[in-house]
Amino acid sequence: MTANKGKVVSINGNLVSVRFEGNVSMNEICYVNVDNTKLKSEVIRIRGNIAQIQVYEMTGGIKCGDDVEFTGEMLSAQLGPGLLGQIYDGLQNPLPILAEQAGWFLERGNYADGLNAEKKWEFTPTAKVGDTLRAGEYLGTVPEGSFTHKIFVPFYLLGNCTVKSIAEKGEYTISETVAVLADERGREIPVSMSFRWPVKRAVKCYTERLAPTETMETKVRLIDSFFPVAKGGTYCTPGPFGAGKTVLQHTTSKYADVDIVIIAACGERAGEVVETLTEFPELTDPRTGRSLMERTIIVCNTSSMPVASREASVYTAVTLAEYYRQMGLNVLMLADSTSRWAQAMREMSGRLEEIPGEEAFPAYLESYIAAFYERAGCVLLPDGSRGSVTIGGTVSPAGGNFEEPVTQATLKVVGAFHGLSRERSDARKYPAIDPLISWSKYKTVTDTEKSAYLKNILLHGDEIGSMMKVVGEEGTTISDYVIYLKAEMLDAVYLQQNSFDLTDANCTTARQRYVTDKLVCVLGSEYSLDSKDDARSFFNRMRQKFIDWNYTEFESEAFMNAEKEIDALYDERQGTISSQAELLLKGGE
Amino acid sequence: MNKVFNRIESITGNVITVKAKNVRYNELAQITTRFGKSLAQVNKIDGDLVSLQVFAGGQGVSTGDEVRFLGHEMRVSFSEDLLGRIFNGSGEPRDKGPALTDNMKPIGGPSVNPTKRILANRMMRTNIPMIDMFNTLVVSQKLPIFSISGEPYNQLLARIALQAEADVIVLGGMGLKYDDFLYFKEELSNGGALSKTVMFIHTASDPTVECMMIPDMALAVAEQFALQDKDVLVLLTDMTNFADAMKEIAITQEQVPSNRGYPGDLYSQLASRYEKAVDFANSGSITVLAVTTMPGDDVTHPVPDNTGYITEGQYYLKGGRIEPFGSLSRLKQNVNGKTRKDHRILMDSMIRLYSSYKETLEKKNMGFSMNRWDEKLLKYGQLFENKLMDLSVNLTLEESLDLGWEILAECFEKDETGIKSDLTDEFWKVK
Repeated sequence: MTANKGKVVSINGNLVSVRFEGNVSMNEICYVNVDNTKLKSEVIRIRGNIAQIQVYEMTGGIKCGDDVEFTGEMLSAQLGPGLLGQIYDGLQNPLPILAEQAGWFLERGNYADGLNAEKKWEFTPTAKVGDTLRAGEYLGTVPEGSFTHKIFVPFYLLGNCTVKSIAEKGEYTISETVAVLADERGREIPVSMSFRWPVKRAVKCYTERLAPTETMETKVRLIDSFFPVAKGGTYCTPGPFGAGKTVLQHTTSKYADVDIVIIAACGERAGEVVETLTEFPELTDPRTGRSLMERTIIVCNTSSMPVASREASVYTAVTLAEYYRQMGLNVLMLADSTSRWAQAMREMSGRLEEIPGEEAFPAYLESYIAAFYERAGCVLLPDGSRGSVTIGGTVSPAGGNFEEPVTQATLKVVGAFHGLSRERSDARKYPAIDPLISWSKYKTVTDTEKSAYLKNILLHGDEIGSMMKVVGEEGTTISDYVIYLKAEMLDAVYLQQNSFDLTDANCTTARQRYVTDKLVCVLGSEYSLDSKDDARSFFNRMRQKFIDWNYTEFESEAFMNAEKEIDALYDERQGTISSQAELLLKGGE
Repeated sequence: MNKVFNRIESITGNVITVKAKNVRYNELAQITTRFGKSLAQVNKIDGDLVSLQVFAGGQGVSTGDEVRFLGHEMRVSFSEDLLGRIFNGSGEPRDKGPALTDNMKPIGGPSVNPTKRILANRMMRTNIPMIDMFNTLVVSQKLPIFSISGEPYNQLLARIALQAEADVIVLGGMGLKYDDFLYFKEELSNGGALSKTVMFIHTASDPTVECMMIPDMALAVAEQFALQDKDVLVLLTDMTNFADAMKEIAITQEQVPSNRGYPGDLYSQLASRYEKAVDFANSGSITVLAVTTMPGDDVTHPVPDNTGYITEGQYYLKGGRIEPFGSLSRLKQNVNGKTRKDHRILMDSMIRLYSSYKETLEKKNMGFSMNRWDEKLLKYGQLFENKLMDLSVNLTLEESLDLGWEILAECFEKDETGIKSDLTDEFWKVK
């Protein structure tokens, strides 16, 4: 803590102005003293000798003349072993520990360290005395759950460092010195297993940033087969309330094919966090067989918690993600919802009396959103391994209208867009991602051409559907009507997925490929159907058989039997495959 | 400690400024005008210039009036004596009872630590079939009642207050018509629920600033009861008036408006109230039902829109009934699997048939001929609306379920309902 002090001169909501002496830096952390309680705050504007600070707590009781202490440090996250499985607030205070200290409520001025200072970790050195290392390269490892947690040369050290001494294999706490490094000027720097990193600065200790090419399996058919997300990519999920944004993120956080999931519950309902907290420890991670909580970190700043720390929470979460990426892991960071984060910026901007942009959002909204999503990425690390951070953000547009600043600014920078629609959720078609407006720049897990073929049926069916609304069923030809039914069936059996059913929710790539082939065959065929009624009943039966099929375990006996029933029905109506579909299927083999 | 000032620097709307030192943010003051005394709350401090919002409004305040700072924030008295009483937004009695000043508790306190919450898993019975059976209310849930002006939302709230299975009812009225206030008072005392009710009432003619205090007062009292192991039901009407009061103050203080004049922190402000709904592990709970009128029946209006993002579903009140399609209780899955085994399937099937009825009705109105199935649906729809949807129906969940089977049996054959046969065999009720 620097000796730098100041006095409060004005208070407006959570914006407080402070007259200070000496030097103060932008985004520096300071504490306001009120009745022996210290309230954490951040400097957000400096004019002359007046610093304007946003207080991360409720400001009731502050008066002019109250003391303010400056720390000289920026808002930072504590990085080290023991982060996994934690539940933090937006400022990395572990909530269970706050509960032990203060009981039911989040009393202001009550803080705790992000990591357990007493716990001992089994350290194995990998560097030797005399080695030359740079920031982001590692000195040793400790086991953390099923992961090998690397102990890094702190990210903030500049230039080459020489290892002067290193601890032997053994048990250490995170604050004990495990190595002494000498920097280029020969200064000796003791290093422990944890260090702090300012959350608003991206970690750049990698060799090279790579293009995101590998697809991240989410097990959601509509996403993986049509609007996929790459490891190291970004995507957004805007939708009106009740369209299922949170359920979709919840499903993704459970089934996504990544090593670590970081959930930033930013300005949303506390009840949903409680659901995750109750459910996750009970579930097992299919990849490791251990509790799902062991690969998860929750950063939650729910809607009733102070708004300034809501703004910080997404940065805290993404910093933790970058830290684990540095170990060569694939990390998925989910932010729910980025609109609340943007609104937090808007509130502060209003208090600072900045000139407002569209819908009173600050003019820098777009660049902040872009900078945040740019922290995702697939990188080549100094040791030659690869790691990735994938960012998925939900957006809650006012009135469900995507033409608003946050959605538009987000769409400009993400690689995939999963637009949820009220019509689909009202019709209980989940996930309610609208296939007609969504897009993705990444590679599908299924064959691209087959996906395109199926999507085409969907588009065509939709056109016929809207035509039918005008001319009625009578005015539609039977061939058009059949295409309409095919599109409806595709929607019902493939796009829709029951996220509450364990088998259906967890649809692997192999299965998606298999089912896609079947669908290309069934939907790419002509049948002998004499009337529209006949056609409808045939496709209804086919749909039912596919749905039953979806609920069977992949490659189990029930799966084979259900498939046989589909084939039988296909043969019963003398299905003949079209040349285009046949060509597609052959090309795939 | 009490500092007295005799010089008011400026008066704009309901906001006055005085020159004072050592004043705390959010501190209360008492201002004495020629019309009597009123509370005022500090909402901005700039050097020694202190802005206060005057609860009784700025009308008639003179630059020479006396302002006395009280040295504490807004508080509310809490004890069992509150039950059966009626207060205004300043916490003063509206009935003929004595003022309460014991055991003062701060309002608008900090939020509950999420790790101390438990998953909502208890049903709150209201004996209104459209709620209990179709969109079950769950203890600790927060649900708005979306409605347009003129709908009987206050009647609905009064019925819920009378019938709901709660230990304590806290009613917060904002911008109520005086008639509605009298209606609530009469209904609750006739129904015998007054003794478990606390009311905080702001009527349309009362000062705007008091309106903003109502939810905080009501929820602070609710929280205290909940910590004493009580299941508390908080009924708020009408949150749109609360938001409008906030808008009025924000504009007076020259804040930059964000959407249709509402301040940028509308979402946070609403959320910090709704999020008071909680089920404390091993203690009581708070359930919140809040009327939100939608200007022009527009659900994308900022108030219902922001509310929808905060709450766990919504009830739509339309044409004097709780609409089964737009209404949704997000937490109902947590409880309706444990009530009776036919609950879920009956709920789904009856709604599906009702939606077919709506389609048939449309066809009928367009002049198409009705076939036998259509006739059955029409009969079903009528029975459903009269026997289950009507707001005056007062039935337990079990009675509603039985009635549901009766209605089905009266209109359809077993296999026409699409319900699994083992359930129809067990529950089918032929008169």
